[in-house]
Amino acid sequence: MSVTEMFSYIQGFLSADQDVREDIRKVVQNLEQTAREILTVLQSVHQPSGFREIPSKCAKARELFCTVRTQISDLKTKFPMEQYYRFHEHWRFVLQRLAFLAAFVVYLESEALVTREEVAKILGIEVVREKGFHLDVEDYLAGVLIMASELSRLAVNSVTAGDYSRPLRISNFINELDSGFRLLNLKNDPLRKRYDGLKYDVKKIEEVVYDLSIRGLAKEPESGEDK
Amino acid sequence: MNRREGEGCSRKKVDSAQEMSANSSSPVIAAFRVFQQELDAKHDKYERLVKISRDVTIESKRTIFLLHRVTNVADTEEVLNEAEGKLDGVRQKIGQIAEELRGEDIYQFHRAFTPGIQEFVEAVSFLHYIRHRSLISLEEINASLVFMRTEKGSVEAAPLGAHVLTFQVTPADYLLGVADLTGELMRMCISSVGNGDIETPFQLSQFLRQIHDGFSFIGNTGPYEVSKKLHTLRQSLGKVEDACYTLRVRGSEIPKHMLADLFCSRTTHMDTEEGVV
Repeated sequence: MSVTEMFSYIQGFLSADQDVREDIRKVVQNLEQTAREILTVLQSVHQPSGFREIPSKCAKARELFCTVRTQISDLKTKFPMEQYYRFHEHWRFVLQRLAFLAAFVVYLESEALVTREEVAKILGIEVVREKGFHLDVEDYLAGVLIMASELSRLAVNSVTAGDYSRPLRISNFINELDSGFRLLNLKNDPLRKRYDGLKYDVKKIEEVVYDLSIRGLAKEPESGEDK
Repeated sequence: MNRREGEGCSRKKVDSAQEMSANSSSPVIAAFRVFQQELDAKHDKYERLVKISRDVTIESKRTIFLLHRVTNVADTEEVLNEAEGKLDGVRQKIGQIAEELRGEDIYQFHRAFTPGIQEFVEAVSFLHYIRHRSLISLEEINASLVFMRTEKGSVEAAPLGAHVLTFQVTPADYLLGVADLTGELMRMCISSVGNGDIETPFQLSQFLRQIHDGFSFIGNTGPYEVSKKLHTLRQSLGKVEDACYTLRVRGSEIPKHMLADLFCSRTTHMDTEEGVV
């Protein structure tokens, strides 16, 4: 094989690679759009009026997740499945956002930490790599960490809205999450950086709980609710 | 977790100590234990691959140094065979990489071993060039990276018998390895002039030009690193072309044995100015 032939062979490979990336980018753009829509729906829980409408907001978000599922199944057709990590960077960000949104919906509904299996189910993907398009554990954890900072915001806003019991529940939840993350041996990677932010969320929520406690507002949560 | 809903309201921050002890059995903690294992296994594998890759790099570099000796040794075949032997050792190491990657997505760990593979491509293609004066193809490299694993009974419970493991060099790694090769070819060109070999520089300049044209053809469609290497490639090509120019111009004027001296002084001057390539 001559040098020229070799290079045109490689060039063919590279342009095929670019085409695939182009396709993926288009689908990922749509996904990002849907993710933003879901976020907009869920953001309204921070409004004082939003607290009463949590179930309906969640239902609406769940509806939008149907779109996500079709978009992801579209994404799956764009590249060979065993090359997931070759193109991972393209959807890593949006997948983390989606994991966060799924986790947030589940938290608002049941105040429990979403499992990786549940997120995968909501997004219509797999948990284990061997079975196809899957949710990488690091992406799942990143999504959970995004939710933690969202919850610290929610704690503040729920006090403003007069819901004094929620911060206490959030505080318990975040503490448990924190001790969970402490179990992990993280490398010096983006996940670790994000984890380093968790302590500020914990601190923020603890301050809210403290403020409530010294004013005696935390003791009788029911009396504080004047919806 | 649903128990929190009922309890959470009355629960106070005070009993966090009690909560900690209860935690160890909570579903969240149990889930994170699983994640811990998964992440640790992944990081361990990554580290092992980095280690193998480093060994591959070192051994390939040594092979390249060995091959540079070809220009001033009488018996080239002996050197080439020794290099071939060394490269076989490197292949065994790559076999270990293939072993680690069995059943994995190779791109997940690609960053761990790409430097080693590039260096290996450089060494292999250098040897191939010295032997055959042509560019080794990607298929030829990949064809040499097929491994037979016979006994596996000790590591895995079920002896699988003989199975074939392959390692595929990605086109991008191949490309980057070939880009590094040009630096070696430039060094070879200069040192062969030093030995009074007038033929090789011209062959090399032609070959380098072909590679350069190939890279220009690919342009910026390739990976990001390619454009950086293209710059160094230009420099190497410039040096080789200069060398050929000098040989052509001065070659007829100066007696052959003097020519080598002239050229040696010129190249040392050039090397100090451009630094290591």
